[in-house]
Amino acid sequence: MQGVLGQALNSLLQGAAVTLEVTVLAGALALGVAIAAGLCRLSRSLLVRGCAALYVEVLRGTSALVVMFWMYFALPFLGVQLTALQAGVLALGLSYGAYGAEVVRGAIRHVPKSQWEGAVALNMKPAQRMLRVIMPQAVIAMLPPMGNLLVDLLKATSLVSLITLSDLTFHGRLLQNSIGRPTEVFLAVLATYFVMSYTLTIGVRRLEARFSRGMDIGRRAAVRVTVT
Amino acid sequence: MTWDSNFALEILPQILQALALTILITFLGTAIAMLLGLLLAILRRSRRRLVSLPAHALVEFVRDTPLLVQLYFLYFVILPDLRLSFSALVTGIIGIGINYSAYTAEVYRAGIEGVPRGQWEAARALNFSPGRVWTSVVLPQAIPKVIPALGNYLIAMFKDTPILASIGVVEMLQRAELIGSETFRYLEPMTLVGGLFLLLSYPSSRLLARLEARFGRAY
Repeated sequence: MQGVLGQALNSLLQGAAVTLEVTVLAGALALGVAIAAGLCRLSRSLLVRGCAALYVEVLRGTSALVVMFWMYFALPFLGVQLTALQAGVLALGLSYGAYGAEVVRGAIRHVPKSQWEGAVALNMKPAQRMLRVIMPQAVIAMLPPMGNLLVDLLKATSLVSLITLSDLTFHGRLLQNSIGRPTEVFLAVLATYFVMSYTLTIGVRRLEARFSRGMDIGRRAAVRVTVT
Repeated sequence: MTWDSNFALEILPQILQALALTILITFLGTAIAMLLGLLLAILRRSRRRLVSLPAHALVEFVRDTPLLVQLYFLYFVILPDLRLSFSALVTGIIGIGINYSAYTAEVYRAGIEGVPRGQWEAARALNFSPGRVWTSVVLPQAIPKVIPALGNYLIAMFKDTPILASIGVVEMLQRAELIGSETFRYLEPMTLVGGLFLLLSYPSSRLLARLEARFGRAY
């Protein structure tokens, strides 16, 4: 019995490692894409704004799982063969990047106009203005919704099990088939997800406190972005 | 091998049929989420910890775990344990409904907290029973303000229905996969499914955004 239990735990831990790996990779991609697309949506050029809006609306309008299946099953017919890991990371990263872009856009637009004017009056270059005045304030407003998105992303990584990637959920299904005992197996899987996402939530809260230190706007600026 | 419009047209009726099921799931799941969410929000406010704590725990647990695993748990553990044998479809609707009720509970909570204290006090001063305080004073003020936010979750649920394919519900994505595995053509069915999701969810979310702009975004 001890042996079976040990093996089961080992298997779940292996799965959890893959879940974390996908979360980190997709999260990094999503963050990069979110900042780029969010800034592009505020661009003066109609073309840049339009392209960014198209990306955001298409990815937000379809479901992450559909995008993932499309990349895994349909793209090969267009001559692009992705591995399960690539398809999973790309689909999740791009989907959550689209949600994140809305957060970035909302947070930047939330910075009071006087801050922009102040930066202009101080003769700052556009890049300087963005990096030294606008972004430090926008980041505080971004953190809470970004944290929620990260937790959502972590949960959404369970979808990669459906394209055969051996994450935590996949290992749960494997164990269910090999040792039976669905109650124990799925409770353990759920508990593992709970611990991971709860830890993330606490981490984000700490980060928030750290970033708002020395800023008198505090939590006021939390932008509301509905995740749909 | 590239896009074949004739093939796409040929399979479109099957996919549209699955779309009807997807929409049915969304509406039934939303009905569960709206009612159960309201119940959870009210229970969470109870003074008795024996009542409020389980409601709180359920909301937190559901929000911190993936819908996919919750569906497996419901399908392979809870329903067999209760000796209930529902079809995958019914299980899926219940599962997605419970999942979203944790989110709608938070929405209702914000709405309820937005009702001024004076309203509660006045209701008590008028000697209303607790049930009547809720039904004729608090909820009529709390619910209208949260309708746009609830609408957002309706659209979100619509886009989450493909996850039900994992327990074998033949909604759009599952239908597309079945077509793909029969014909060895995945490009057309998968693209159609993605397109249909976009076609329905984009206008709905625009409409909702306009409603929000009009009636004010409360929560």
